[in-house]
Amino acid sequence: MPRTLFDKIWDFHLVGQRADGRDLLYIDRHVLHELHAHHAFAQLEKQERPVRRADLTFAVQDHTVATKPGRDENTNPTGTAFIKAMREGCRKNGIRLFDIDDREQGICHVVAPEVGIVLPGATHAVPDSHASTVGGLGALAFGCGTTELAHILATQVMAMKRPKLMRVRLDGKLGAHVSSKDIALRLIADLGVAGARGYAVEYTGPAVAAMPIEQRMTLCNLNIEMGGRSGFVAPDDKTFAWLAGRPYMPQVEMWDRALAHWRTLKTDDGAQFDREVVLDCAGLEPQITWGTDPSQVVGISGRVPEPAAIDQGRRAAAENAFAYMGLKPGTPLIGLPVHRVFIGSCTNSRLPDLEVAATIVKGRRVAEGVFAMVVPGSSSVKREAEAVGIDRVFRDAGFFWGESGCSMCAGGNGDRAQPGERCVSTTNRNFENRQGPKVRTHLASPATAAASAIAGCIADVRQLVETA
Amino acid sequence: MQPFTTHAGIAAPLLVDDMNTDQIAPFLPSRSLKDDYEVMLFNRARFREDGSEIADFVLNKPQFRGAGILVTGHNFGAGSSRESAVWSMLANNIRVIVAKSFADIYRENCLQNGLLPIVLEADVADAFIARVVAVDGKGPFTVDLATQRISGPGGPDVAFEIPGADRTRLLEGLDDIGMTMKHVDAIVSWEQQAAKAQPWLQQTTDRRN
Repeated sequence: MPRTLFDKIWDFHLVGQRADGRDLLYIDRHVLHELHAHHAFAQLEKQERPVRRADLTFAVQDHTVATKPGRDENTNPTGTAFIKAMREGCRKNGIRLFDIDDREQGICHVVAPEVGIVLPGATHAVPDSHASTVGGLGALAFGCGTTELAHILATQVMAMKRPKLMRVRLDGKLGAHVSSKDIALRLIADLGVAGARGYAVEYTGPAVAAMPIEQRMTLCNLNIEMGGRSGFVAPDDKTFAWLAGRPYMPQVEMWDRALAHWRTLKTDDGAQFDREVVLDCAGLEPQITWGTDPSQVVGISGRVPEPAAIDQGRRAAAENAFAYMGLKPGTPLIGLPVHRVFIGSCTNSRLPDLEVAATIVKGRRVAEGVFAMVVPGSSSVKREAEAVGIDRVFRDAGFFWGESGCSMCAGGNGDRAQPGERCVSTTNRNFENRQGPKVRTHLASPATAAASAIAGCIADVRQLVETA
Repeated sequence: MQPFTTHAGIAAPLLVDDMNTDQIAPFLPSRSLKDDYEVMLFNRARFREDGSEIADFVLNKPQFRGAGILVTGHNFGAGSSRESAVWSMLANNIRVIVAKSFADIYRENCLQNGLLPIVLEADVADAFIARVVAVDGKGPFTVDLATQRISGPGGPDVAFEIPGADRTRLLEGLDDIGMTMKHVDAIVSWEQQAAKAQPWLQQTTDRRN
């Protein structure tokens, strides 16, 4: 019987079934961050349980770290205790920690792939809803809560119900300046913020095959914004080339053996999914959110929708969003004045994201009155960008160029905009108050964010580049 | 984990869909390792920046102050996986959330902490919400997990479904790690078998070391 890739990975990792009917799924790689780690370490200590497989566990300081050049653990005073507590827990339990001053520190979902902790066909867990970012490399990843995190530390398995399966096929060739961020926003708009709830999602199709690995990670990163806990792309030659030689990858003969297996990681022809979705990406324009959830999206040339055009059940939420965002129905998005631009986060902070933005910024200046930030996804990304002079492009244009961390995605490190400010952000959530009290967030791609920083208002990158 | 058997309490209507965890448990400026989860719950909706209460918010209304049951719409708990969005409910003695649906991770976090997540079909939920609004805090509802019924003023008992395994776990307050560790032999043998079949999964070596 033909099987899906999901079935192959899940079934291989199935340890058994618990008395309560849940599947016990072995977790091959487990990555912690400091917001949750101390609670889990404390829970285990209280129960006098050891960490079962410290060698399969890694930790990264990311959510609370300051981005100011020259930062240390005290620069953001509300983060210090979290950073120290995770450091202490890792020391006691023998867990490899990417500490705040590690040359490979960064956002956990960026660091793990970079150093080769992520393997195709492996299971991966992070106490963070954006865990499935690494699905872009063909890993099956799950976000979890704090108590689940303690459970994984103690047992190296997760107790889960098998999800339903959705296949999303992306057809067509992307236009210039359109990226997987735009595709993901369109999908969330079409399926809704709960459209993939209860499903694991496999992304396939020619547009996925054509995507660089980093864009596949962006696509899988945003899977949770339509409610899906896990999203992934079957690995291919691009994946293998991207992974080869990374520090924690298997080496020499073991690499050959792993590679032979990874080449079999595909959904069989004729395998059944519970739901199939197809999106034609040809002709898709850059997308941007206008409201306060990631499904409130329009094409960049569009307008804030009229209430009559919104489903009855979603209308009250839309009315709230109009008020919060300070927008009237019918207002064009292009031309809305912007105070802040943020390029970063686990969604869009890898080197190619920064390269795309830098291409647009090069030789231009950030508009007066706009505070624009670039926060690389990892210290490695930062170093690589500096090696090729991308930091200079941004700084010459008037951007802030920061140390790596989650930064303004949720503002957990103190990086926030001011009340009432409008911010174009390459992050993943435009929830009320997320980037600071009363801050109005518009989610968009790095290209759109860069163009908007230059224009001083929400801008269509295609117009900016073509009229130059 | 604290077991859940029955709970009698005031039911408060929170009439929204897609309530996200940033709204349920926002990061507080005064964040610490021992956060004040009581104050954290719906902090921005409950309090102004000067700390004064916003009278309009449902849990600040006199009749709903001690509510133990929250009644709400679709996709409750969307967004981040932060478990503080459950702990802050418990810190306010809210033990039951009745919703049209829950976000996946949020529901898991409820089950881990003895907070009962009840899903009602949309039409049943709408009727129940209307009843809770009409009752307006005058008298408690009782949620009985053993009989899977909600009883209270203004109408007949409402039956609810919950997967049997989740029900047992809540009723008995089962220790999740303890339940899994009964399978420790299976975990060990899986590791041995994986070390042969896909040895790269069971090893992590930084080749630079």
